[in-house]
Amino acid sequence: MNPELIKVTNVDKVFKRGSEEVHVLGGLDLTIPEGEFLALMGPSGSGKSTLLNLVGGLDRPSQGSVVVDGEHIDKLSNRKLASWRARHIGLVFQFYNLMPVLTAQKNVELPLLLTHLSRSERKKRAAIALDIVGLSHRNGHYPRTLSGGEQQRVGIARAIVTDPTVLLCDEPTGDLDRKSGDEILDLLQELNRKQGKTIIMVTHDIHAAARASRTLYLNKGKLSRQAED
Amino acid sequence: MKYLYLMWSNLKRKKTRTILTLLSIVVAFTLFGYLGAIRQGFSQGIDVAGLDRLIVRHKVSIIQLLPANYEARMERIEGVSDAAHQTWFGGVYQKPSNFFAQMPVNPEEFLEMYPEYLLTDEEREAWLNTRTGVIAGRKIADRFGWKVGDRIPIQATIWFRKGGERTWEFDLVGIYDGAEKGTDTTQFFFRYDYFDEARQNGQGLVGWYTVRIDDPDRAVEISQRIDDEFANSRAETKTEPEGAFLQGFANQIGDIGMIFMSIIAAVFFTILLVTGNTMAYAVRERTNELAVLKALGFTDSGVLGLVLGESLVLSAIGGGVGLALAWFLVSMGDPSNGALPAFFIPPRDMILGVVLIVLMAFIAGILPALQAQRLRIADALRR
Repeated sequence: MNPELIKVTNVDKVFKRGSEEVHVLGGLDLTIPEGEFLALMGPSGSGKSTLLNLVGGLDRPSQGSVVVDGEHIDKLSNRKLASWRARHIGLVFQFYNLMPVLTAQKNVELPLLLTHLSRSERKKRAAIALDIVGLSHRNGHYPRTLSGGEQQRVGIARAIVTDPTVLLCDEPTGDLDRKSGDEILDLLQELNRKQGKTIIMVTHDIHAAARASRTLYLNKGKLSRQAED
Repeated sequence: MKYLYLMWSNLKRKKTRTILTLLSIVVAFTLFGYLGAIRQGFSQGIDVAGLDRLIVRHKVSIIQLLPANYEARMERIEGVSDAAHQTWFGGVYQKPSNFFAQMPVNPEEFLEMYPEYLLTDEEREAWLNTRTGVIAGRKIADRFGWKVGDRIPIQATIWFRKGGERTWEFDLVGIYDGAEKGTDTTQFFFRYDYFDEARQNGQGLVGWYTVRIDDPDRAVEISQRIDDEFANSRAETKTEPEGAFLQGFANQIGDIGMIFMSIIAAVFFTILLVTGNTMAYAVRERTNELAVLKALGFTDSGVLGLVLGESLVLSAIGGGVGLALAWFLVSMGDPSNGALPAFFIPPRDMILGVVLIVLMAFIAGILPALQAQRLRIADALRR
């Protein structure tokens, strides 16, 4: 168990809007141990998604360092960072972001295209991931024929199919009704408890955050309060 | 290959748009192939022209005649190994629209000069022994359903017989094939001795000469020597390589190559805009999806390759179908009902077609592909 699986040190993030500079994160420090289920809460514009993007290597800090599993990801080239993301990060989005032209099975196989796995092996692994999220019976369906909850399950299957180090979820229940949202949270909790997945979840929902093992609050780019469950 | 499914799925996203774009590309490449075959027909002979053959004609124009005794003088010029003459007969078979080339020649020297015209030994012998004998190319014989042994009447428009008779009758003694695909088999050759004796006027005159030279590298020098030989005579000559002569002959109708290129360039420019527009829309509509692909680990160059690949799939399908359709239409026969000496898509045009497919894919796809490559994940996901 790595007690410092993710270490964010003195991170600033500044966006430019025209001539104006917007400081989204300022001097942020954060350590997340392996196997933790962390919820990030805070008002809109507080920097939750920005922090998630930095940890996931989708963006770079203006200053400071981000180390994940010993890798200084802020120092990687674009090409290496992309390759690193493919191996270490699983992403779950609020609006699922599935490819509408691909079936559930093919959507889950997408990250595996970046591996050297054979076609049959890719198919097999995608089937296992769909089975884990309870959707193996709908593998041939296109996203438009699936409910929101089912689409999010496909999204989770796509995120876990490569067995990533960290699962990053950006408001995974934000577009779902309570029942479907609960099912997704059950699934995330199961992935955390049974498979030991490290999960960071951005949410506005206290009910969702209650499922996490720790909740952090971001306000104006700073971690303003910590609360252990 | 594993990305092909993804590319194809993306193209299926807007089926109507993709089909319309594909049809545009199909039309462009069909036109390209078909016009290429027509151009080949007009420029027939240029590609298969002998490098060691020169054409000697009257300096003023091809319709001015030359004395038949020039032949012996030419054969004495150093570097010239052989000479043979032909004369434009310009007759009509049955009706004026049945146009094809007819030329009186000396059989023996003609067949020696043009080994690409293939006759059986029996046909060759029959021609040498039959004063009214004629040989016709396979294509023209098929066009009119001629068989060896047929008597073929030709109405003269230039060369009347003694007594003003217009009809010349010939006995078909042979049907020649071409040694190469591009060899002209639409011509009709009969004996000069019969022609010269029976014609009303112009005895001792011929249309032009074909001269074989020992060394093709000396073509310019020998051409000059021939023209010098007849300088200041009543019939000065102009000598040029056979290919240049045939090109000049074809250009009497117009610069076919230029017309062809102009049409094709206009069509391809339009299709390029259509395809480019399709690709630009295809990328703009799925900015978010491209960002997701990058978030999943696709590299910048990987996304660039995906978009260019889509463009290539689109061009390859449209272009491939277009070229295949052109090939099929061309194989159905030429639109002039056999008047073109040859009608086929030359291999170099097929290769050029494939190059155009790749080029079109690149030009149409590169800007959207670069746009996709430069996409910043966090910004695009926020949209």
